[in-house]
Amino acid sequence: MKKNNLVLLALIVFGALTPFVFPNYLSQISFFWIFVILAITWDAQGGQLGYNSFGNIFFFGLGMYLVPVMQISLYFDLGEWTAAGGTKTFTHQPAEYFIGLFAGLALAALIPFLVSFVLGKGILNLRGQYFAICTLGLGVAAAEIAGTIDVIGGGSGLTVPVWPREGVVPISRDDFYYLISFILAIKCIFFFQYVYKSKLGYLFNAIRDNEDKAEAMGINTTQVKLLNWSFSALFLGIAGGILGNIIGFIDPTDVAFAGSTYGVWMVLMAILGGKGYIWGAVLGATIFHFFQEFFWIYFLGWQRIALGVLIVIIVVFFPEGMMGWFRNRYPRWFGIVIEKKNEK
Amino acid sequence: MLENLNIFLSAPNLWVQTIVNGVVIGSVFALAAYGMALIWGVSKIINIAQGEFVILGGYITFILYSSGINPVWGLFLAPLLLFGLGLLLYHSIIFRIIKKDLFISILATFGISIVIQQTMNSLFGPDVQVVSTDLGNISLSGGSILIPYARLISFFLCIAVAISITLFMKRTKTGKAIRATAQNPQAAHILGINTNSIYAITFAINAAICGIAGFLVVLNLTIHPYTGLPYTIRSFMIVIIAGLGNLIGVILSGIGIGIVEEFTDYTLGSEFRLALIFLLLVLILVIRGQVLKRRRQYLE
Repeated sequence: MKKNNLVLLALIVFGALTPFVFPNYLSQISFFWIFVILAITWDAQGGQLGYNSFGNIFFFGLGMYLVPVMQISLYFDLGEWTAAGGTKTFTHQPAEYFIGLFAGLALAALIPFLVSFVLGKGILNLRGQYFAICTLGLGVAAAEIAGTIDVIGGGSGLTVPVWPREGVVPISRDDFYYLISFILAIKCIFFFQYVYKSKLGYLFNAIRDNEDKAEAMGINTTQVKLLNWSFSALFLGIAGGILGNIIGFIDPTDVAFAGSTYGVWMVLMAILGGKGYIWGAVLGATIFHFFQEFFWIYFLGWQRIALGVLIVIIVVFFPEGMMGWFRNRYPRWFGIVIEKKNEK
Repeated sequence: MLENLNIFLSAPNLWVQTIVNGVVIGSVFALAAYGMALIWGVSKIINIAQGEFVILGGYITFILYSSGINPVWGLFLAPLLLFGLGLLLYHSIIFRIIKKDLFISILATFGISIVIQQTMNSLFGPDVQVVSTDLGNISLSGGSILIPYARLISFFLCIAVAISITLFMKRTKTGKAIRATAQNPQAAHILGINTNSIYAITFAINAAICGIAGFLVVLNLTIHPYTGLPYTIRSFMIVIIAGLGNLIGVILSGIGIGIVEEFTDYTLGSEFRLALIFLLLVLILVIRGQVLKRRRQYLE
């Protein structure tokens, strides 16, 4: 328990010092915090509940669209905004920008949270591979449908409101988005740690280990699964909303419902770190983030092939992840003590 | 949208046209789906790279066509090359995941599919490609229904492939060994069947079937490096509707999905085609889940 708090403290200190130590890398490190959220929320299903989802990107993209839609439509006409495209004449006053942003973020938490209940009713009945493929279909379908809705820009995407002019707001854009993504990530860690330690966490693991038995023990498995998915949906929605504003441009297939990037990355990060451990997800996100930055800079054009190869290597040779490896190597770190046989 | 529907309903010619197109395209889907059912049943692997195999088969045919060779050779070359690729993939990667969780196979083949996609993208470019065949059309009822000869030939080719696969599975020793392994791998192993090589051959046969499907796709539709996933999803859907190892069911549900797609293409517009496929998948799975849940409740 002590070690756990120590790691958390180190992470918070790192996060708090970053704006002063690495002021030039703030947007990359904001991405890192978003990645941490993606990995942890995926792990809530994949690692804790035993439901491997490919469709968590759906909530992420939903949140990403909701924030600018709210920001824009509070003060302007959304259709005119999209029609104007890149050459905008609409500008938000600082107060309007922030009210819109926070209203949007609230909406981006609420709507995915509610939608996950509706969808989960049907989809969470599926088991194993059927759940995986069904959620894969959900993510792609969302991308295709978002591409046909003209009012949010259709296939050519939506631009988000511009940050208010420099000097008017006391904080710079990078600092601001860094701060909220950092706070959200830490909240996400705290929240899921709390949940996993509570009774609900044990119910998740009971369903993962044997769902039929859990049901026979009198657990309302549907409700537990719905709660699990909705927690993830809530955090994913907010994270998507933040990332959409950091990137500044929302494309339905490449940014919002990007199954082939964020959608796979979240799975990969959680597996790389070790399914079923919250710190595994953080570790996986850290390692993957370095890998991703490295390949996207030095192997541009080959990064997707490298990603595919990485997936195969991790899944085939390393399915237990870093934490699983540590656990086998140093069981004591995990509180597993092998008692010596008493010699007579 | 509704206008299209009205036009559609008032013109029975269009019905015939849509159904004919649907049948032909659906039979191509059914081929890929049969391959997926084969390896799913035999080696418990869900191959997400199925669609990429199809597209790769299409590109092999396209390369022949664009370099001046008669694209018909693609019918032989595409399955041959993909058979080789299947063996290669099996002996390098697939055999390591064969006894593991189905999710591992999904994720690993997903990785393979990304690699194939990107390789195709850098080799052949990101353009939409098509092989045009000038075989002419059959016109029915005064020219209001046009059926290209290529489509007709494709349909019969699908039937021929289906028949030859059935014969192969029923008559040859390898086919019998594959079926035995599907039923009980351990018993098959004890009886002297080298299950590992059976898995390898099954995977390669699947790839070859996809190659033939790809040949037909490039003749009748278009190919593009990133359009593999819809074929995987269609195959998966067809297999779920038909069940494993039910060839007639696979063909019928393939044709059904083909007709549904052609119909939406006409009424809603082609931009909804992909959305429809994926939504249909979600819907079918959810219905299946509800049915299974109800059955579980009856058991209690």
